[in-house]
Amino acid sequence: MQYRIGTAIGRVALLLAAATGAGAALAQATPDMGKLTATGGVSQVEGAGGGGLTPWALIGGYGSRDSWGANAHYTRVSTQDYSLDSYGVAVGLFDRVELSLATQDFRGSLAPLNDLRIKQDIVGVKVKLIGDAVYDQDRVLPQIAVGVMAKRNKGVGGLGALGVTKVTQLGAKDDSGIDYYVAATKILLDQSLLLNGTVRATKANQMGLLGFGGDKGDSYQAKLEVSAAYMISRKLVAGLEYRMKPRNVGVDDEKAYYDAFIAWFPSKHVSVTAAYAVLGDITVFNPTRQRGAYLSVQTGF
Amino acid sequence: MTMNLKSLSAIALLALAAVGPARAVDDSIYRGLGGREGINNIVATMIKLVLADPRINETFVDSDMKRIEIRLGEQFCVLSGGPCVYNGDEMREVHGGLKVTNAQFNALAEDLQIAMERNNVPSYVQNKLIAKLAPMQRAIVTR
Repeated sequence: MQYRIGTAIGRVALLLAAATGAGAALAQATPDMGKLTATGGVSQVEGAGGGGLTPWALIGGYGSRDSWGANAHYTRVSTQDYSLDSYGVAVGLFDRVELSLATQDFRGSLAPLNDLRIKQDIVGVKVKLIGDAVYDQDRVLPQIAVGVMAKRNKGVGGLGALGVTKVTQLGAKDDSGIDYYVAATKILLDQSLLLNGTVRATKANQMGLLGFGGDKGDSYQAKLEVSAAYMISRKLVAGLEYRMKPRNVGVDDEKAYYDAFIAWFPSKHVSVTAAYAVLGDITVFNPTRQRGAYLSVQTGF
Repeated sequence: MTMNLKSLSAIALLALAAVGPARAVDDSIYRGLGGREGINNIVATMIKLVLADPRINETFVDSDMKRIEIRLGEQFCVLSGGPCVYNGDEMREVHGGLKVTNAQFNALAEDLQIAMERNNVPSYVQNKLIAKLAPMQRAIVTR
């Protein structure tokens, strides 16, 4: 198991190296900010370009196919009893490849989990395969990309009194794992709509914050994530997202995530996304449906 | 019998003639842009923006801007379903040797969007016109 994840991370590293190999060409290409406003999406909660919860087929950043772009994001979701911070960076190369690094920092605020703290790191690679969401207005084919997210849970804090320091002690089979996904994004300019469907093969419990696999299941499951957004103006997009998730751990009565968002792009250097997110109940010990405000700021070029 | 056939075809022709113009072209985008006058205003604003746009203005240094303005107006009119004729050449021929980049194509699209904004074209109408223009990227961007 450990070895297999090792090789998969090795594969990600190879992809990173290949992308760095493109660095020579990159050094000559100055960032051109050549894409249209909002067409790199925003940073989703695991660091990839997409909506708020779901990776899309769009490549992050504003570099055109001759250039590159990059951005950094900070996102906070606050529900009744928990908070989740996500921060990270992403680079878009030639409007073809997206590399992302993100850290998630999950905290509890309600006793006895008021000292709970779980962090995980996520390395993402996404490659656009076919189609163009913006230009193919005369074709049915969406823009299609494949991606991986390699995740490493860094352990559980705040439960030391119970002797719990690792997610494997909460029922997860593993503290690291890899998600594989295919995303299809179609922008229907004639209807001012953006539609996205993503299928993710995953073992991650609560995105990996509660580890990977568990007492109730330890095999990859394909989960659907959908987004629909209306382009109110060139700088304002509002939409809905729904993300299905597996349910592998007995103590984690995992539910789908969903949200309603509005994203504002005052310039190509800044975007602000506000949402109302519902994350379901996180543990069987606290069956309150967690919901609250989602706020994300992205800056880049 | 022959008479019947003749009158039938005459009726069919009449019916076609009657149906023809009604279903000819949906001109809702054209009307949304403000008709011919609206399009002329949009193109005039756009040309000003393009000439002031450091991303692309140099590419128009040797161009006959008056001619481009007329052709753009005709093109937007035709694409939006208006009663016009485009008298210019194919997009591929016009841009053949220009080595237009994707960023330049998008810069022009952006100037058009801003021009439409300044002329109070509703966003959903703007997007409908951009939808008609976007696929031209394949013919125009050659670098």
